[in-house]
Amino acid sequence: MIGSARYWREIPQRYRYEAAKCAKCGRVAFPPRLVCAGCRGREFTPVKLAQTGVVETFTVIHVAPTGFGDETPYAVGIVKLDDGVRVTAQITDCETGKLAIGDRVKLEFRRLQQDGESGIICYGYKFVPAIG
Amino acid sequence: MREVAVIGVGMNRWGELWEKSHRTIWTEAALEAIADAGVDRVDAMYVGCMSGGLFVGQEHLGAMLADQLGMGPIPGTRVESACASGGLAFRQACLAVASGAHDIVLATGVEKMTDVDGGAATYALSTAADQEYECYHGITFPGLYAMMARDHMHRHGTTRQQLAAVAVKNHAHGVLNPLAQFPMKVTAEQVMESVMVADPLRILDCSPITDGAAAAVVVPLDMARQLSKQPPVRVAASAHATDALALHDRADLSWLASTAKAAELAYKQAGVGPKDLSFCEVHDCFTIAEIMVIEALGLAERGKGGAAAASGLTALGGKIPVNPSGGLKSKGHPVGATGVAQIRETVLQLRGACGQRQVKNASRGLTQNMGGTGASTVVHILERA
Repeated sequence: MIGSARYWREIPQRYRYEAAKCAKCGRVAFPPRLVCAGCRGREFTPVKLAQTGVVETFTVIHVAPTGFGDETPYAVGIVKLDDGVRVTAQITDCETGKLAIGDRVKLEFRRLQQDGESGIICYGYKFVPAIG
Repeated sequence: MREVAVIGVGMNRWGELWEKSHRTIWTEAALEAIADAGVDRVDAMYVGCMSGGLFVGQEHLGAMLADQLGMGPIPGTRVESACASGGLAFRQACLAVASGAHDIVLATGVEKMTDVDGGAATYALSTAADQEYECYHGITFPGLYAMMARDHMHRHGTTRQQLAAVAVKNHAHGVLNPLAQFPMKVTAEQVMESVMVADPLRILDCSPITDGAAAAVVVPLDMARQLSKQPPVRVAASAHATDALALHDRADLSWLASTAKAAELAYKQAGVGPKDLSFCEVHDCFTIAEIMVIEALGLAERGKGGAAAASGLTALGGKIPVNPSGGLKSKGHPVGATGVAQIRETVLQLRGACGQRQVKNASRGLTQNMGGTGASTVVHILERA
Protein backbone atom coordinates (compact mmCIF):
# COMPACT_ATOMS: atom_id res chain seq x y z
CA MET A 1 0.00 0.00 0.00
CA ILE A 2 1.30 3.44 -0.95
CA GLY A 3 0.54 5.88 1.86
CA SER A 4 0.30 9.61 1.22
CA ALA A 5 3.65 10.52 2.83
CA ARG A 6 5.43 7.79 0.90
CA TYR A 7 3.86 9.03 -2.32
CA TRP A 8 4.57 12.69 -1.59
CA ARG A 9 8.27 12.11 -0.84
CA GLU A 10 8.97 10.89 -4.38
CA ILE A 11 7.13 13.71 -6.20
CA PRO A 12 10.29 15.74 -7.03
CA GLN A 13 11.65 12.71 -8.93
CA ARG A 14 8.43 11.46 -10.49
CA TYR A 15 6.99 14.82 -11.55
CA ARG A 16 10.10 16.93 -12.08
CA TYR A 17 12.90 14.40 -12.80
CA GLU A 18 15.11 15.86 -10.04
CA ALA A 19 18.43 14.04 -9.73
CA ALA A 20 21.76 14.77 -7.99
CA LYS A 21 25.18 15.09 -9.59
CA CYS A 22 28.23 14.11 -7.53
CA ALA A 23 30.49 17.13 -7.10
CA LYS A 24 33.58 14.88 -7.08
CA CYS A 25 33.13 12.34 -9.89
CA GLY A 26 30.15 13.72 -11.82
CA ARG A 27 28.02 10.57 -11.55
CA VAL A 28 24.29 11.33 -11.54
CA ALA A 29 22.18 9.62 -8.86
CA PHE A 30 18.49 9.10 -9.60
CA PRO A 31 16.85 9.18 -7.15
CA PRO A 32 19.32 11.31 -5.15
CA ARG A 33 21.40 9.50 -2.52
CA LEU A 34 23.47 10.59 0.46
CA VAL A 35 26.57 8.71 -0.71
CA CYS A 36 27.78 8.52 -4.32
CA ALA A 37 27.76 4.91 -5.55
CA GLY A 38 30.77 5.69 -7.74
CA CYS A 39 33.22 7.43 -5.39
CA ARG A 40 31.57 7.64 -1.93
CA GLY A 41 31.38 11.45 -2.38
CA ARG A 42 28.94 13.27 -0.12
CA GLU A 43 28.46 16.54 -2.02
CA PHE A 44 25.92 16.81 -4.81
CA THR A 45 24.42 19.52 -6.98
CA PRO A 46 20.79 19.23 -8.14
CA VAL A 47 20.30 18.44 -11.83
CA LYS A 48 17.33 17.55 -13.99
CA LEU A 49 17.36 14.23 -15.90
CA ALA A 50 17.76 14.24 -19.66
CA GLN A 51 14.33 13.48 -21.08
CA THR A 52 15.26 11.47 -24.14
CA GLY A 53 17.17 8.24 -24.45
CA VAL A 54 17.55 4.80 -26.00
CA VAL A 55 15.83 1.51 -25.09
CA GLU A 56 18.51 -0.87 -23.71
CA THR A 57 16.17 -3.76 -22.95
CA PHE A 58 12.44 -4.32 -22.47
CA THR A 59 9.73 -6.85 -21.78
CA VAL A 60 6.02 -7.07 -22.45
CA ILE A 61 4.13 -7.93 -19.27
CA HIS A 62 1.29 -10.42 -19.75
CA VAL A 63 0.83 -11.40 -16.09
CA ALA A 64 0.60 -8.15 -14.13
CA PRO A 65 0.92 -7.33 -10.45
CA THR A 66 -2.11 -6.10 -8.51
CA GLY A 67 -3.15 -2.67 -9.82
CA PHE A 68 -1.92 -3.19 -13.39
CA GLY A 69 -4.16 -6.06 -14.49
CA ASP A 70 -6.38 -3.93 -16.75
CA GLU A 71 -3.41 -2.74 -18.80
CA THR A 72 -1.91 -6.02 -20.06
CA PRO A 73 -0.11 -6.53 -22.31
CA TYR A 74 2.09 -3.51 -21.61
CA ALA A 75 5.78 -2.85 -22.23
CA VAL A 76 8.33 -1.96 -19.55
CA GLY A 77 11.88 -1.09 -20.46
CA ILE A 78 15.23 0.08 -19.15
CA VAL A 79 16.20 3.24 -21.00
CA LYS A 80 19.61 4.87 -21.02
CA LEU A 81 18.93 8.60 -21.02
CA ASP A 82 21.18 10.94 -22.97
CA ASP A 83 22.92 11.98 -19.72
CA GLY A 84 23.91 8.35 -19.09
CA VAL A 85 21.36 7.67 -16.32
CA ARG A 86 19.34 4.45 -16.68
CA VAL A 87 15.69 4.32 -15.58
CA THR A 88 12.95 1.68 -15.61
CA ALA A 89 9.50 2.72 -16.86
CA GLN A 90 6.63 1.70 -19.08
CA ILE A 91 6.95 2.32 -22.81
CA THR A 92 3.57 3.34 -24.16
CA ASP A 93 1.83 4.75 -27.25
CA CYS A 94 3.62 2.15 -29.37
CA GLU A 95 2.93 -1.27 -30.86
CA THR A 96 4.62 -3.61 -28.39
CA GLY A 97 5.32 -6.10 -31.19
CA LYS A 98 7.43 -3.54 -33.06
CA LEU A 99 9.44 -2.32 -30.10
CA ALA A 100 13.20 -2.91 -30.42
CA ILE A 101 16.42 -2.40 -28.50
CA GLY A 102 17.94 0.87 -29.70
CA ASP A 103 14.61 2.67 -30.20
CA ARG A 104 14.70 6.35 -29.23
CA VAL A 105 12.12 7.34 -26.62
CA LYS A 106 11.23 10.38 -24.51
CA LEU A 107 9.78 10.85 -21.03
CA GLU A 108 6.19 12.00 -20.58
CA PHE A 109 4.09 12.64 -17.50
CA ARG A 110 1.32 10.03 -17.20
CA ARG A 111 -1.07 8.32 -14.80
CA LEU A 112 0.50 5.03 -13.66
CA GLN A 113 -1.88 3.28 -11.27
CA GLN A 114 -4.59 3.78 -8.73
CA ASP A 115 -3.47 2.30 -5.46
CA GLY A 116 -6.24 0.01 -4.24
CA GLU A 117 -6.32 0.52 -0.51
CA SER A 118 -5.26 4.13 -0.03
CA GLY A 119 -7.02 5.22 -3.22
CA ILE A 120 -4.16 7.49 -4.26
CA ILE A 121 -3.96 7.98 -8.03
CA CYS A 122 -0.30 7.53 -8.82
CA TYR A 123 1.36 9.66 -11.49
CA GLY A 124 4.85 9.65 -12.90
CA TYR A 125 6.80 9.18 -16.10
CA LYS A 126 6.37 6.77 -18.97
CA PHE A 127 8.35 6.58 -22.18
CA VAL A 128 6.80 7.22 -25.59
CA PRO A 129 8.46 6.93 -29.01
CA ALA A 130 10.60 9.96 -29.91
CA ILE A 131 10.20 10.87 -33.52
CA GLY A 132 13.35 11.97 -35.35
CA MET B 1 37.89 -19.89 13.27
CA ARG B 2 36.85 -23.53 13.66
CA GLU B 3 36.22 -25.78 10.67
CA VAL B 4 32.54 -26.56 10.15
CA ALA B 5 30.67 -29.69 9.04
CA VAL B 6 27.09 -30.69 8.22
CA ILE B 7 25.91 -33.88 9.94
CA GLY B 8 22.17 -33.86 9.31
CA VAL B 9 19.67 -32.67 6.70
CA GLY B 10 15.90 -32.66 6.34
CA MET B 11 13.21 -31.66 3.86
CA ASN B 12 9.56 -32.50 3.29
CA ARG B 13 7.68 -33.06 0.04
CA TRP B 14 7.22 -29.63 -1.56
CA GLY B 15 4.10 -28.39 -3.26
CA GLU B 16 0.76 -26.72 -2.56
CA LEU B 17 0.38 -27.95 1.01
CA TRP B 18 -3.03 -26.51 1.91
CA GLU B 19 -3.46 -28.85 4.88
CA LYS B 20 -0.18 -27.80 6.52
CA SER B 21 0.72 -24.52 8.20
CA HIS B 22 3.95 -22.52 7.99
CA ARG B 23 4.98 -23.75 11.45
CA THR B 24 4.14 -27.40 10.66
CA ILE B 25 6.15 -27.63 7.45
CA TRP B 26 9.10 -25.95 9.18
CA THR B 27 8.96 -28.27 12.19
CA GLU B 28 8.77 -31.40 9.99
CA ALA B 29 11.98 -30.44 8.16
CA ALA B 30 13.75 -29.38 11.38
CA LEU B 31 12.91 -32.63 13.18
CA GLU B 32 14.06 -34.68 10.20
CA ALA B 33 17.45 -32.93 10.14
CA ILE B 34 17.91 -33.43 13.89
CA ALA B 35 16.97 -37.12 13.59
CA ASP B 36 19.25 -37.54 10.56
CA ALA B 37 22.16 -36.12 12.57
CA GLY B 38 21.21 -38.17 15.61
CA VAL B 39 21.76 -35.30 18.06
CA ASP B 40 19.63 -34.76 21.16
CA ARG B 41 19.98 -31.01 21.44
CA VAL B 42 20.36 -27.83 19.43
CA ASP B 43 22.25 -24.83 20.86
CA ALA B 44 20.94 -22.16 18.45
CA MET B 45 18.90 -21.92 15.28
CA TYR B 46 18.60 -19.70 12.20
CA VAL B 47 15.49 -19.39 10.06
CA GLY B 48 15.67 -18.13 6.48
CA CYS B 49 12.31 -16.71 5.44
CA MET B 50 11.63 -13.98 2.91
CA SER B 51 8.22 -12.78 3.96
CA GLY B 52 6.27 -14.44 6.74
CA GLY B 53 4.49 -11.11 7.04
CA LEU B 54 3.11 -10.91 3.51
CA PHE B 55 2.51 -14.62 2.93
CA VAL B 56 0.97 -15.67 6.26
CA GLY B 57 0.85 -12.48 8.35
CA GLN B 58 3.45 -13.84 10.77
CA GLU B 59 6.77 -12.29 11.77
CA HIS B 60 8.92 -12.97 14.88
CA LEU B 61 9.79 -16.34 13.39
CA GLY B 62 12.92 -16.93 15.47
CA ALA B 63 10.90 -17.16 18.66
CA MET B 64 7.83 -18.80 17.14
CA LEU B 65 9.77 -21.66 15.58
CA ALA B 66 12.13 -22.16 18.55
CA ASP B 67 8.93 -22.55 20.58
CA GLN B 68 7.59 -25.12 18.07
CA LEU B 69 10.86 -27.09 18.20
CA GLY B 70 10.43 -27.62 21.95
CA MET B 71 14.14 -27.51 22.76
CA GLY B 72 13.94 -24.84 25.40
CA PRO B 73 14.80 -21.16 25.28
CA ILE B 74 17.49 -21.39 22.59
CA PRO B 75 18.40 -18.31 20.56
CA GLY B 76 16.36 -18.28 17.35
CA THR B 77 17.30 -15.78 14.64
CA ARG B 78 15.35 -15.02 11.49
CA VAL B 79 17.45 -14.08 8.46
CA GLU B 80 16.09 -12.27 5.40
CA SER B 81 17.77 -11.72 2.07
CA ALA B 82 14.81 -12.24 -0.31
CA CYS B 83 15.23 -15.54 -2.19
CA ALA B 84 18.73 -15.92 -0.73
CA SER B 85 17.35 -16.02 2.83
CA GLY B 86 17.95 -19.79 3.18
CA GLY B 87 21.53 -19.69 1.96
CA LEU B 88 22.23 -16.77 4.25
CA ALA B 89 20.66 -18.58 7.24
CA PHE B 90 22.98 -21.52 6.55
CA ARG B 91 25.93 -19.12 6.36
CA GLN B 92 24.99 -17.53 9.70
CA ALA B 93 24.81 -21.00 11.27
CA CYS B 94 28.28 -21.79 9.88
CA LEU B 95 29.67 -18.51 11.24
CA ALA B 96 28.11 -19.17 14.65
CA VAL B 97 29.84 -22.56 14.82
CA ALA B 98 33.12 -21.33 13.30
CA SER B 99 33.33 -18.48 15.82
CA GLY B 100 32.93 -20.83 18.79
CA ALA B 101 29.70 -19.16 19.91
CA HIS B 102 27.70 -22.41 19.55
CA ASP B 103 28.43 -26.10 18.89
CA ILE B 104 25.22 -27.59 17.45
CA VAL B 105 23.35 -25.14 15.23
CA LEU B 106 20.22 -25.73 13.18
CA ALA B 107 20.10 -23.89 9.83
CA THR B 108 16.63 -23.79 8.30
CA GLY B 109 14.56 -22.17 5.60
CA VAL B 110 10.82 -21.99 5.10
CA GLU B 111 8.18 -20.31 2.98
CA LYS B 112 4.43 -20.85 2.97
CA MET B 113 3.36 -19.15 -0.27
CA THR B 114 0.01 -20.64 -1.30
CA ASP B 115 -2.22 -19.12 1.39
CA VAL B 116 -2.43 -15.96 -0.75
CA ASP B 117 -3.63 -15.59 -4.36
CA GLY B 118 -1.34 -15.13 -7.36
CA GLY B 119 -1.53 -11.33 -7.34
CA ALA B 120 -0.58 -11.12 -3.67
CA ALA B 121 2.23 -13.64 -4.14
CA THR B 122 3.56 -11.66 -7.12
CA TYR B 123 3.47 -8.54 -4.97
CA ALA B 124 5.23 -10.22 -2.02
CA LEU B 125 8.01 -11.46 -4.33
CA SER B 126 8.33 -8.03 -5.96
CA THR B 127 9.34 -6.51 -2.62
CA ALA B 128 12.82 -7.93 -3.37
CA ALA B 129 13.15 -5.32 -6.14
CA ASP B 130 13.20 -1.51 -5.78
CA GLN B 131 9.62 -0.65 -4.77
CA GLU B 132 9.74 3.03 -5.76
CA TYR B 133 11.78 2.90 -8.98
CA GLU B 134 11.05 -0.56 -10.42
CA CYS B 135 7.80 -2.02 -9.04
CA TYR B 136 6.02 1.37 -9.09
CA HIS B 137 6.12 1.15 -12.89
CA GLY B 138 4.36 -2.21 -13.07
CA ILE B 139 7.39 -4.47 -13.45
CA THR B 140 7.28 -8.00 -12.01
CA PHE B 141 10.05 -10.47 -11.18
CA PRO B 142 9.50 -12.45 -14.36
CA GLY B 143 9.56 -9.05 -16.13
CA LEU B 144 12.94 -8.12 -14.64
CA TYR B 145 14.46 -11.48 -15.62
CA ALA B 146 12.82 -11.14 -19.05
CA MET B 147 14.71 -7.85 -19.50
CA MET B 148 17.95 -9.61 -18.51
CA ALA B 149 17.11 -12.41 -20.97
CA ARG B 150 16.48 -9.97 -23.83
CA ASP B 151 19.78 -8.20 -23.09
CA HIS B 152 21.63 -11.54 -23.02
CA MET B 153 20.00 -12.63 -26.30
CA HIS B 154 20.76 -9.30 -27.97
CA ARG B 155 24.38 -9.14 -26.86
CA HIS B 156 25.44 -12.75 -26.86
CA GLY B 157 23.10 -14.36 -29.39
CA THR B 158 21.44 -16.57 -26.76
CA THR B 159 18.41 -18.26 -28.31
CA ARG B 160 14.87 -19.11 -27.22
CA GLN B 161 15.78 -22.81 -27.66
CA GLN B 162 18.75 -22.45 -25.28
CA LEU B 163 16.49 -20.99 -22.58
CA ALA B 164 14.10 -23.93 -23.04
CA ALA B 165 16.99 -26.40 -22.73
CA VAL B 166 17.45 -25.36 -19.07
CA ALA B 167 13.82 -26.16 -18.24
CA VAL B 168 13.94 -29.47 -20.13
CA LYS B 169 17.10 -30.54 -18.26
CA ASN B 170 15.94 -29.52 -14.80
CA HIS B 171 12.57 -31.21 -15.19
CA ALA B 172 14.34 -34.36 -16.39
CA HIS B 173 16.39 -34.26 -13.16
CA GLY B 174 13.33 -33.48 -11.02
CA VAL B 175 11.59 -36.64 -12.23
CA LEU B 176 14.22 -38.50 -10.19
CA ASN B 177 13.56 -36.48 -7.00
CA PRO B 178 10.69 -37.90 -4.91
CA LEU B 179 10.26 -34.59 -3.04
CA ALA B 180 9.96 -32.38 -6.14
CA GLN B 181 6.80 -30.32 -6.67
CA PHE B 182 6.66 -30.82 -10.46
CA PRO B 183 8.46 -34.12 -11.18
CA MET B 184 7.39 -34.36 -14.82
CA LYS B 185 9.33 -34.15 -18.05
CA VAL B 186 8.75 -31.22 -20.38
CA THR B 187 9.82 -30.83 -24.00
CA ALA B 188 11.41 -27.75 -25.55
CA GLU B 189 8.24 -27.32 -27.65
CA GLN B 190 6.05 -27.34 -24.54
CA VAL B 191 8.27 -24.71 -22.93
CA MET B 192 8.25 -22.48 -26.01
CA GLU B 193 4.48 -22.79 -26.49
CA SER B 194 3.50 -22.32 -22.84
CA VAL B 195 1.62 -19.22 -21.68
CA MET B 196 3.54 -15.94 -22.01
CA VAL B 197 4.29 -14.30 -18.65
CA ALA B 198 6.76 -11.54 -19.55
CA ASP B 199 8.11 -11.67 -23.08
CA PRO B 200 10.38 -13.57 -23.82
CA LEU B 201 9.77 -15.65 -20.66
CA ARG B 202 6.86 -18.11 -20.56
CA ILE B 203 5.34 -19.96 -17.65
CA LEU B 204 7.64 -22.98 -18.17
CA ASP B 205 10.66 -20.66 -17.95
CA CYS B 206 9.59 -19.72 -14.40
CA SER B 207 10.03 -21.53 -11.10
CA PRO B 208 6.72 -22.17 -9.31
CA ILE B 209 5.05 -20.87 -6.16
CA THR B 210 5.68 -23.46 -3.46
CA ASP B 211 5.16 -24.33 0.19
CA GLY B 212 8.16 -26.02 1.72
CA ALA B 213 10.97 -26.12 4.24
CA ALA B 214 14.46 -27.56 4.60
CA ALA B 215 16.96 -27.87 7.45
CA ALA B 216 20.57 -28.79 8.18
CA VAL B 217 22.56 -29.43 11.38
CA VAL B 218 25.93 -27.68 11.52
CA VAL B 219 28.69 -28.55 14.02
CA PRO B 220 32.47 -28.12 14.45
CA LEU B 221 34.27 -30.57 12.12
CA ASP B 222 36.37 -31.96 14.95
CA MET B 223 33.24 -32.88 16.94
CA ALA B 224 31.29 -34.29 13.96
CA ARG B 225 32.28 -37.94 14.34
CA GLN B 226 31.58 -38.05 18.07
CA LEU B 227 28.19 -36.33 17.69
CA SER B 228 26.87 -38.30 14.71
CA LYS B 229 27.13 -41.59 12.85
CA GLN B 230 26.59 -39.77 9.54
CA PRO B 231 29.67 -39.20 7.38
CA PRO B 232 30.49 -35.52 7.98
CA VAL B 233 30.41 -33.12 5.05
CA ARG B 234 32.92 -30.30 5.42
CA VAL B 235 31.98 -26.71 4.63
CA ALA B 236 35.04 -25.71 2.59
CA ALA B 237 33.80 -22.19 1.77
CA SER B 238 31.03 -19.77 2.67
CA ALA B 239 30.80 -16.46 0.81
CA HIS B 240 28.29 -13.68 0.38
CA ALA B 241 28.25 -10.62 -1.89
CA THR B 242 25.80 -7.90 -2.90
CA ASP B 243 25.15 -5.64 -5.88
CA ALA B 244 22.90 -2.66 -6.73
CA LEU B 245 19.29 -3.44 -5.78
CA ALA B 246 17.76 -2.03 -8.98
CA LEU B 247 18.62 -3.84 -12.21
CA HIS B 248 18.98 -0.51 -14.06
CA ASP B 249 21.83 0.51 -11.71
CA ARG B 250 24.06 -2.42 -12.79
CA ALA B 251 26.94 -1.80 -15.17
CA ASP B 252 26.01 -4.90 -17.22
CA LEU B 253 22.33 -5.90 -17.27
CA SER B 254 22.96 -9.60 -17.86
CA TRP B 255 26.10 -10.23 -15.81
CA LEU B 256 25.61 -11.39 -12.19
CA ALA B 257 28.39 -9.47 -10.48
CA SER B 258 27.34 -10.56 -6.97
CA THR B 259 27.52 -14.23 -8.01
CA ALA B 260 30.89 -13.72 -9.69
CA LYS B 261 32.20 -12.01 -6.53
CA ALA B 262 30.82 -14.59 -4.08
CA ALA B 263 32.19 -17.41 -6.28
CA GLU B 264 35.62 -15.76 -6.45
CA LEU B 265 35.71 -15.51 -2.64
CA ALA B 266 34.48 -19.10 -2.22
CA TYR B 267 36.98 -20.58 -4.68
CA LYS B 268 39.77 -18.74 -2.85
CA GLN B 269 38.62 -19.96 0.57
CA ALA B 270 38.38 -23.57 -0.59
CA GLY B 271 41.55 -23.37 -2.70
CA VAL B 272 39.75 -24.80 -5.72
CA GLY B 273 38.40 -23.65 -9.08
CA PRO B 274 35.33 -24.45 -11.16
CA LYS B 275 37.12 -27.44 -12.75
CA ASP B 276 37.45 -29.10 -9.32
CA LEU B 277 33.68 -29.31 -8.72
CA SER B 278 31.70 -32.54 -9.12
CA PHE B 279 28.34 -30.76 -9.44
CA CYS B 280 26.45 -27.54 -8.56
CA GLU B 281 23.06 -26.63 -7.14
CA VAL B 282 22.20 -23.15 -8.47
CA HIS B 283 19.42 -20.59 -8.37
CA ASP B 284 17.42 -21.26 -11.56
CA CYS B 285 14.44 -19.08 -10.58
CA PHE B 286 14.07 -18.53 -14.34
CA THR B 287 15.73 -20.38 -17.21
CA ILE B 288 17.84 -17.32 -18.06
CA ALA B 289 19.06 -17.21 -14.45
CA GLU B 290 20.80 -20.59 -14.72
CA ILE B 291 22.49 -19.47 -17.95
CA MET B 292 23.82 -16.29 -16.30
CA VAL B 293 24.79 -18.17 -13.12
CA ILE B 294 26.92 -20.80 -14.86
CA GLU B 295 28.80 -17.96 -16.56
CA ALA B 296 29.37 -16.11 -13.28
CA LEU B 297 30.55 -19.32 -11.59
CA GLY B 298 33.08 -19.86 -14.38
CA LEU B 299 31.47 -23.11 -15.62
CA ALA B 300 30.90 -21.47 -19.00
CA GLU B 301 32.58 -18.53 -20.73
CA ARG B 302 30.94 -15.12 -20.37
CA GLY B 303 28.15 -14.91 -22.95
CA LYS B 304 28.34 -18.64 -23.74
CA GLY B 305 26.04 -19.92 -20.97
CA GLY B 306 23.18 -20.55 -23.38
CA ALA B 307 25.27 -22.72 -25.69
CA ALA B 308 26.72 -24.55 -22.67
CA ALA B 309 23.25 -25.27 -21.26
CA ALA B 310 22.05 -26.67 -24.57
CA SER B 311 25.19 -28.80 -25.07
CA GLY B 312 24.48 -31.27 -22.27
CA LEU B 313 27.50 -30.05 -20.26
CA THR B 314 25.29 -29.40 -17.21
CA ALA B 315 22.99 -32.46 -17.41
CA LEU B 316 23.34 -35.52 -15.17
CA GLY B 317 26.06 -37.55 -16.88
CA GLY B 318 27.57 -34.36 -18.35
CA LYS B 319 30.93 -32.88 -17.39
CA ILE B 320 29.51 -30.68 -14.61
CA PRO B 321 25.92 -31.56 -13.62
CA VAL B 322 23.95 -28.49 -12.53
CA ASN B 323 20.84 -28.89 -10.39
CA PRO B 324 20.70 -32.68 -10.06
CA SER B 325 17.80 -32.07 -7.60
CA GLY B 326 15.66 -30.62 -10.41
CA GLY B 327 16.50 -27.09 -9.31
CA LEU B 328 13.99 -24.44 -8.37
CA LYS B 329 12.29 -25.10 -11.70
CA SER B 330 11.10 -28.66 -10.98
CA LYS B 331 11.74 -29.16 -7.25
CA GLY B 332 9.86 -25.94 -6.43
CA HIS B 333 10.88 -22.59 -4.96
CA PRO B 334 9.56 -21.83 -1.48
CA VAL B 335 11.79 -18.78 -1.50
CA GLY B 336 13.21 -18.82 2.05
CA ALA B 337 13.75 -22.61 1.97
CA THR B 338 15.55 -22.87 -1.37
CA GLY B 339 19.08 -22.12 -0.15
CA VAL B 340 18.89 -24.74 2.59
CA ALA B 341 17.40 -27.32 0.22
CA GLN B 342 20.44 -26.78 -2.02
CA ILE B 343 22.63 -27.65 1.00
CA ARG B 344 20.53 -30.76 1.66
CA GLU B 345 20.90 -31.99 -1.92
CA THR B 346 24.64 -31.34 -1.83
CA VAL B 347 25.09 -33.22 1.45
CA LEU B 348 23.08 -36.20 0.16
CA GLN B 349 25.04 -36.22 -3.11
CA LEU B 350 28.32 -36.23 -1.17
CA ARG B 351 27.03 -39.09 0.98
CA GLY B 352 26.17 -40.97 -2.23
CA ALA B 353 22.55 -41.20 -1.11
CA CYS B 354 20.72 -39.73 -4.12
CA GLY B 355 19.62 -42.94 -5.85
CA GLN B 356 18.81 -42.45 -9.53
CA ARG B 357 19.89 -38.82 -9.57
CA GLN B 358 23.26 -39.55 -7.94
CA VAL B 359 26.22 -37.74 -9.51
CA LYS B 360 28.97 -40.35 -10.00
CA ASN B 361 32.00 -40.02 -7.71
CA ALA B 362 30.66 -36.80 -6.18
CA SER B 363 33.35 -35.41 -3.90
CA ARG B 364 32.83 -31.64 -3.97
CA GLY B 365 29.69 -29.57 -4.65
CA LEU B 366 28.90 -25.87 -4.91
CA THR B 367 25.64 -24.14 -4.00
CA GLN B 368 24.63 -20.71 -5.31
CA ASN B 369 21.56 -18.99 -3.85
CA MET B 370 20.49 -15.58 -5.14
CA GLY B 371 18.16 -12.82 -3.97
CA GLY B 372 16.26 -10.38 -6.19
CA THR B 373 17.71 -9.96 -9.67
CA GLY B 374 21.08 -10.87 -8.21
CA ALA B 375 21.45 -8.10 -5.63
CA SER B 376 22.48 -10.81 -3.14
CA THR B 377 24.34 -14.06 -3.69
CA VAL B 378 25.44 -16.68 -1.19
CA VAL B 379 27.86 -19.39 -2.35
CA HIS B 380 28.96 -22.46 -0.39
CA ILE B 381 31.40 -25.21 -1.30
CA LEU B 382 30.95 -28.55 0.48
CA GLU B 383 33.30 -31.55 0.41
CA ARG B 384 33.42 -35.10 1.63
CA ALA B 385 35.39 -34.91 4.88
